[in-house]
Amino acid sequence: MTEVNLVQAVNLALARAMEEDDHVLVLGEDVGIDGGVFRATDGLLRRFGAERVLDTPLAEGAIAGLSVGLGAQGFRPVAEIQFTGFIYPIIDQLASHAARLRNRTRGRLTCPMVVRSPCGGGIRAVEHHSESPEAMFAHIPGLRVVIPSSPRRAYGLLLAAIRDPDPVVFLEPTRLYRAARGDVVDDGAADILGRCFVLREGGDVTLIAWGAMVVEALAAATALEAEGVGAEVIDVATLKPLDTETIVASIGKTGRCVIAHEAPLTGGFGGEIAGRIAEQALFSLLAPIERIAGYDTVIPLPRLEQLYFPDASRIADAARRAMAYR
Amino acid sequence: MSDVVARFEVEFSRCLDRDGNAVGPLPAFAANPENLIALYRGLTRTRVFDAKAIALQRTGRLGTYASSIGQEAVSVGTASAMRSEDVFVPSFREHGGQLLRGVTPLELFLYWGGDERGSLFAGPKEDFPISVPVASHAPHAAGVALAFKLRHEPRVAVCIFGDGATSKGDVAEALNMAGVWRLPVVFVVSNNQWAISLPRAQQTAAETLAQKAIAYGFRGEQVDGNDVIAVRAVVGAAIERARQGGGPTLIEALTYRLGDHTTADDASRYREDAAVTPYWQEEPLLRLRRYLSETGQWSKTDEERLQREMTAEIAAAADAYLKTPPQPPEAIFAYTYAALPAELARQRDGLLAVSRVAAPEAS
Ligand SMILES: Cc1ncc(C[n+]2csc(CCOP(=O)(O)OP(=O)(O)O)c2C)c(N)n1
Ligand SMILES: [Mg+2]
Repeated sequence: MTEVNLVQAVNLALARAMEEDDHVLVLGEDVGIDGGVFRATDGLLRRFGAERVLDTPLAEGAIAGLSVGLGAQGFRPVAEIQFTGFIYPIIDQLASHAARLRNRTRGRLTCPMVVRSPCGGGIRAVEHHSESPEAMFAHIPGLRVVIPSSPRRAYGLLLAAIRDPDPVVFLEPTRLYRAARGDVVDDGAADILGRCFVLREGGDVTLIAWGAMVVEALAAATALEAEGVGAEVIDVATLKPLDTETIVASIGKTGRCVIAHEAPLTGGFGGEIAGRIAEQALFSLLAPIERIAGYDTVIPLPRLEQLYFPDASRIADAARRAMAYR
Repeated sequence: MSDVVARFEVEFSRCLDRDGNAVGPLPAFAANPENLIALYRGLTRTRVFDAKAIALQRTGRLGTYASSIGQEAVSVGTASAMRSEDVFVPSFREHGGQLLRGVTPLELFLYWGGDERGSLFAGPKEDFPISVPVASHAPHAAGVALAFKLRHEPRVAVCIFGDGATSKGDVAEALNMAGVWRLPVVFVVSNNQWAISLPRAQQTAAETLAQKAIAYGFRGEQVDGNDVIAVRAVVGAAIERARQGGGPTLIEALTYRLGDHTTADDASRYREDAAVTPYWQEEPLLRLRRYLSETGQWSKTDEERLQREMTAEIAAAADAYLKTPPQPPEAIFAYTYAALPAELARQRDGLLAVSRVAAPEAS
């Protein structure tokens, strides 16, 4: 067991997956000699060689399209898109091809590819480096969408994503790359995709989050505890397919919920979760569902970005509103 | 039977060799010393700005910054060949061109310091903001050029992007449309030999980037991108051709990225410092200064005076930047739409309520 940060956990999982299966290839911009702009692929070129770690020309659409071809040929490409700000062109390849190749060929061809990309804000980055497009991917039938919130989850979920027989979009919160530290056992054990994790139990309110917002939700839970409010914290981890059961069971217990995400409110994945709760747990609710999200604006440049991103205090305030509701 | 159905040539132009000697007759504008000194001032101003930006970043007072050190002549030479009514569509490393076109150092500091007000240019009102998503702005330049063409205006769109950008579909698509409609647009590739860690040879198997234009049916040529006189001459000729209805041109300007990719990058991970050393003898300021000194147009005193002047101007801009109070929180919502929809106004009021509560703690 070693203490690592989240980006090191990604690196460990990539190395482990490449070690155990030669079909696993890593490709993307600057993933080779530079080891990735965040060092997620550091050392892989040296260890596995240039036939398995490919520095590509600058072309996101083709990185994804190439992965479809490799996947159909039985490789397991793990493509890196340097920032989610540059991922939009690949939506075409994912929606039109990767996510439906199995369906279109009635299972004759498949696409076991992973697209990894650093997502979210809070690192005072330049324009286009703070996007949270998870809902766009979750809207595409045939994709899995996964976002880890700790080193341990990054390791276990990435291994699961690489071993999965279908395409997975794996979004890594940049803000946690170095800030989140934790013990990881590099034993090749994968987590299960499609399951939410209850990180903290509580009987009064359920806080639902993913990625960097999980850290904020945990901090909010600590603040609420001091006020005598028991908050249950759920790390969604896999947005699609969504583990509705775990969420509904928690609402059944608490009757109140706050959903937090960095992405803009409108069309955000929080709306999908709220919809499931309305369908399956409406009569357990003691208060309206609260959504804490980014605003429906362009993400501001660094000087104002802290005001944009939801934080523990906004989440805790929402929980207090839910508690006070009569 | 088989016949050769296409052949092509790519020209390379240069006016000064690396030691600053004229390799042939210089273009007409070079006969007037004021023109050359204006170019030299543009290069120097850019370099002084760049050094200040890096210093501010290193001391935590500016965000991540993309230095243009070594590539100033591409940007400055290109902008110097434009008329004010032409439109510049730059990528993120074109501080030199932006400054020459009237974007102020203060605006650039604000932008790179993370303040939206830096994008509200007081100067070139129709110029595009820099494009961070690589290559994605190339079609915009074609669109601007189409607008000029539709309105029969004698104006030209000028777009700069890097060697890496030429691998993206956006550039291929923009070049193609520009060729089909013979648009008044000039594309300049600032080929600094690197796209972060990827060297030019691994970016494309094509022998030159200029020849990509030929595939789309128009002129592509190379120029020594460290020779500001040549850049101005070649880009200027292309701009005037475009203005006269002669269609687009792609110009590959050969230069070299002397610095890290950005302040967030450490180039020593992928390129030997020793590989960079020779390029310091090629760089554009040194080259023009050598020529100007050799021809008696520039003295040590002139140089000292210029350095003092530029340092003072940039220091004053940096000061003004550091003293600029932050925007109010509602700036986040400004300019999202022409008029703020009710839902967004509600979100804004929610933010203002939260930040009003938070403000006393912060002070
Ligand atoms: C579409 C896109 N992909 C990736 C990036 C990250 N990135 C920023 S600059 C760069 C390399 C660009 O190389 P080049 O076009 O040669 O321009 P240079 O940086 O050398 O000026 C990369 C990969 C980006 N900004 N946009
Ligand atoms: Mg380059």
